[in-house]
Amino acid sequence: MKIGVLVKNVPDTETKIKLTSDGTGIETQGVKFVMNPFDEYAVEAALQFKEKIKDDATVTVVSLGPDRVVETLRTALAMGADDAVHVWDDAFEGGDMLTNARILAKVIEKIGFDLILGGKQGIDYDAMQTCAAVAEHLGIPQVQIVIALELSEDKTALVARRRIEGGDEVVDIKLPAVVTCEKGLNEPRYASLPGIMKAKKKEIKKIGLADLDGLTADDVGSMGSTTKIVGYESLAQRPSCRMLEGEPAQQAADLVRALREESKVI
Amino acid sequence: MTNDILVFAEIRDGSFKKINAELISAGLNLAEKSGGAVNVAALGGDIDAAIEDARKYPIQKVYAVKNAVLANYSTQGFADALEAVVKQAEPAIVLFGATAMGKDLSARVAARLGAALLTDCTEVDLEDGSLKVKRPVFSGKVYANVVSTNDGIKMASVRPNIYPASDQGGDPAELVDVACDLSADNIGAMVTAIESTAAGRKDVTEAEIIVAGGRSLKSEENFKILEELADVLGASVGASRAAVDAGYAPHSQQVGQTGKVVNPKLYIACGISGAIQHLVGMRTSKVIVAINKDANAPIFQHADYGIEGDLFDVVPLLTEEFKKIVEG
Repeated sequence: MKIGVLVKNVPDTETKIKLTSDGTGIETQGVKFVMNPFDEYAVEAALQFKEKIKDDATVTVVSLGPDRVVETLRTALAMGADDAVHVWDDAFEGGDMLTNARILAKVIEKIGFDLILGGKQGIDYDAMQTCAAVAEHLGIPQVQIVIALELSEDKTALVARRRIEGGDEVVDIKLPAVVTCEKGLNEPRYASLPGIMKAKKKEIKKIGLADLDGLTADDVGSMGSTTKIVGYESLAQRPSCRMLEGEPAQQAADLVRALREESKVI
Repeated sequence: MTNDILVFAEIRDGSFKKINAELISAGLNLAEKSGGAVNVAALGGDIDAAIEDARKYPIQKVYAVKNAVLANYSTQGFADALEAVVKQAEPAIVLFGATAMGKDLSARVAARLGAALLTDCTEVDLEDGSLKVKRPVFSGKVYANVVSTNDGIKMASVRPNIYPASDQGGDPAELVDVACDLSADNIGAMVTAIESTAAGRKDVTEAEIIVAGGRSLKSEENFKILEELADVLGASVGASRAAVDAGYAPHSQQVGQTGKVVNPKLYIACGISGAIQHLVGMRTSKVIVAINKDANAPIFQHADYGIEGDLFDVVPLLTEEFKKIVEG
């Protein structure tokens, strides 16, 4: 069974996002990039399937992005993935999610997988588009925001539990399929020291535009994109907080009055 | 292609969800600029009641695909049905709710139709024929202004609780049944059961008021005092990541970077210090109240009203005060 995991590298959750002085970009200088937290659940899920199946299951991690994504691929290798594929070409610069999905679908088609896992969204652009679009291009089912996942005995199907507003959907899935992972699916493992040493020596396969049949420079990167970020804005600062004084009973009464009479939200 | 706006209506348990009325209101703004009409796509199994509800809004047409295969949501079934509606209605813009269903479906359909897609928008506008939106990125740490650059169809998903729900009124909209061949055999992922986890409360992403607790609640048991306050207010209960990781609250209630992004009119943060990961999930709330023992907690820098005090003293008193209003 061949399992592919799509991983992305994103600014660490602790990062304070600063805009460039002209407001048209994000300052990446000094920003620490890590594996997208939701992708960690995907890598862990893949490794657990591999451990359960034992026979010839392989886990391949795939990441599209500039050279810094190699570090994230090595993290996945150190966790226990078998192979890593780095997808990048200068022509890919500036691509939006749907454009990148077109590239990733070609890569996946080329390698061939029985199951493709990913995080439910990147915590950078929070779009939740890439994996769904990959599934569409491959013509296979997708199930997103999954918090439980079981593989059938014959390894041709899955049962997933998908989180929706106010509940869960239980979904039967025929493989091959794309599944995206939500927090709660599992506890991602840490890379072991031997794992880290081994990962350092592993060769990472590189795939560029010339390796992908049917795609030209016009289809990818900013040229192939249908959306464009034209600028960023900081969030408006709230006026300073009004502290309510007095005994707790007084504070409670004053707060309720303020919510009712000043801000009129009650 | 027309100048029309198509709203994908989310229908759950046969009813027309509130987000749809919000999308109609956003759509009416766009239609005024595009010179087109707003239409609704209603897809599902037994959805006659939802269709009748939809027809009461100030829209032109309801395009319906009724088929038992669509009784539960499936990406492939709904994508095929929506594609059929789009081919018939030829809208310039399709709007979705930024919900589990809307985000899943919009990406699939946009990829199929080569559309531009802007997810999770807090503002949607039309400028020189381009869709121009504002959307929170980096988990809400900043906003990005994004435009569509294609000539063809454009799509956006809009975050709940941003646009006011459109009122109903006027003549009932025309009903157009759209033919679409669907077979369960072509759908590789099928819902077999839906289990409710909210116990009668709205999901935090849909709630107008949220009472949220942090690790200072100290136990799952103690979340009851927040639930009592929530019951009085008709609110939902949220939790910080620290509270969820400690097992005091389920992840479905987590607000923040690895949880849910919420946008209520009132957010009451009880014993939440205000780590950046939490703030990004709730700071677009209209009014924020913080209750915390530590006067230096960062949450106070992002709140409108603050109470420095022990939540175990303050919250029950608040419940009593709110009761007076609700009952009075």
